[in-house]
Amino acid sequence: MTTVTLQRRPLRRATRRRRGITSGVMVALTYAAAMVATLPLVLILFHVVKLGIGALSIDFFTKMPKPVGEVGGGLANGIVGTLELIAIAALVGLPVGIGAGLYLAEKKTTLLANSVRFLSDVLNGLPSIVMGIFAWQLLVKPIGHFSALAGGVALGAMMIPLVTRTTEEMIRVVPGSLREAALALGYPRWRTSLSVVLRTAMPGIVTGALVAVARIAGETAPLLFTAFGNQFWSTSPMQPIAALPLQIFTYAISPYDDWHALAWAGALVLILLVLLISIAARAATRARYGAAAD
Amino acid sequence: MTALLQGRGLGDRLYTFGTTGFALAIPILLAFIAYEIGKAAWPALHTFGWHFLTSSEWDPVNGHFGAAPAIFGTLVSSFVALLIATPLALGVAIFLSEFAPAWLRTPVAFLVDLLAAIPSVVYGLWGIFFLIPLLRDHTMPFLRDTLHLGATPFFTGPAYGPSMLAAGVILAIMALPYISAVSREVLRAVPRSQREAALALGATRWETIRDAVIPNARSGIIGGIILGLGRALGETMAVTMVIGNRPEISASLYAPGYTMASLIANEFSEATTDLHLSALMAVGAVLFAITIIVNAIARWLVWRVARQGVA
Repeated sequence: MTTVTLQRRPLRRATRRRRGITSGVMVALTYAAAMVATLPLVLILFHVVKLGIGALSIDFFTKMPKPVGEVGGGLANGIVGTLELIAIAALVGLPVGIGAGLYLAEKKTTLLANSVRFLSDVLNGLPSIVMGIFAWQLLVKPIGHFSALAGGVALGAMMIPLVTRTTEEMIRVVPGSLREAALALGYPRWRTSLSVVLRTAMPGIVTGALVAVARIAGETAPLLFTAFGNQFWSTSPMQPIAALPLQIFTYAISPYDDWHALAWAGALVLILLVLLISIAARAATRARYGAAAD
Repeated sequence: MTALLQGRGLGDRLYTFGTTGFALAIPILLAFIAYEIGKAAWPALHTFGWHFLTSSEWDPVNGHFGAAPAIFGTLVSSFVALLIATPLALGVAIFLSEFAPAWLRTPVAFLVDLLAAIPSVVYGLWGIFFLIPLLRDHTMPFLRDTLHLGATPFFTGPAYGPSMLAAGVILAIMALPYISAVSREVLRAVPRSQREAALALGATRWETIRDAVIPNARSGIIGGIILGLGRALGETMAVTMVIGNRPEISASLYAPGYTMASLIANEFSEATTDLHLSALMAVGAVLFAITIIVNAIARWLVWRVARQGVA
């Protein structure tokens, strides 16, 4: 076979040339794809910073929104509202997610574990608007009015599959010898799991939790019919509450230039918030790998 | 139950009981969502039957509800998105897993991943003030007149701006990081020996990818594309802000449209009659069903490749 190829080679010089050119073109196309794919991100960040930075000031963080036509004002209520919604979501999502992750890491391949893993992925793909109408049906309709609680629960439910997945992965990389050592010392299994395995995996789990928070922090659709938004100052969990993403939406589709400026500033703050949480997540990971290296 | 309570002490039993409970919370939650939405959707589905899916009359005033334009819009906008995003995402994935020099790999991967972190509402804001003017003033006239695509039914009519095309482009940008991340993973899972064997046989760099790497990763890549489809189908805010929100079926991508998610987002808090509310819940139920099927197929395909990779 080798000889045949060698004999034919001179005849196929043109073919080889063509193949080489095709290869070069395709490789160049993947370079182009990488450039085109990063372009939208660069443009979005550029526009958000350019248009958002002008409206940013101390007032933006400390003042309430003002009516159209009045200069100044901020989105203090939305910023606080978003933080409160995140807190409620974490209270709902973290315990369930971490508990389920512990279960999955320990019962690796039972039928129930595999089903839960699969359904957790399905839950992760659930459209956020569907989670919104579910939370409405569950917590708004029976109570009779919109509330921060309903919004937080909707966001918390969205966190569960993310936290479950990362918790499982982080616990799985804890060396089995640690667990065995603790068991050999006479620790009961539950204490081994909680104070040895879970503690060792904690930095990774914190990272996972922060990534989940970063993802839900900017969600708007689940809040439309739950937290609903509020023009006024409110921190009560049982009342409608303002949220940064909702304010960006309202101001973006309004016809007023003043409000558009507020929307851009809100978008800048929201992106900064998400980035800050993501960077914190990376730092937590680094702490973990640093500890492993020592 | 006995298996559950095998642990020796009370602490072990409580621990097993607790973690099992949290794990069971996930299927229970999913079933609960399906039940609640199904229950709320039932009156509308019962009243209109199959017409709910096929009728294109959405008239809250006269109490007639047909979701066909929204279903059509969801499918078309997601299809356009995949058409744009798939080649780009595959290009990025191949670039990152095969060709990128080491110093470019991390920053490009980071930037593409960051696309997934931008909140949907920010995409919408950017879409309203930059993408739509760009499409209206440049891309749409260019496609219709300069490239003479106006001769086909898909690129006809006035270029308003808010349109199915705008929704498709925004969705493409949003689905891209998901498709590219999954494709990158499965490409990387293809053993090095496959590439080396192809190169040793005299294949060019591109032929190696095309004939030795991609066939091994194919079902995983398809899984990634379907996962991106799942994201696009359920995406709400950005689409609502750029699609124009008109419940009509038009072949032209230049015409405004509606999606299931944006229909719910726009009308839910203003629904006054029980039937209207139930119809919106039914739209949610249809969306729920479609995304669950799509996601299940995607996960199954990706898992299959992951298992092969280990073997």
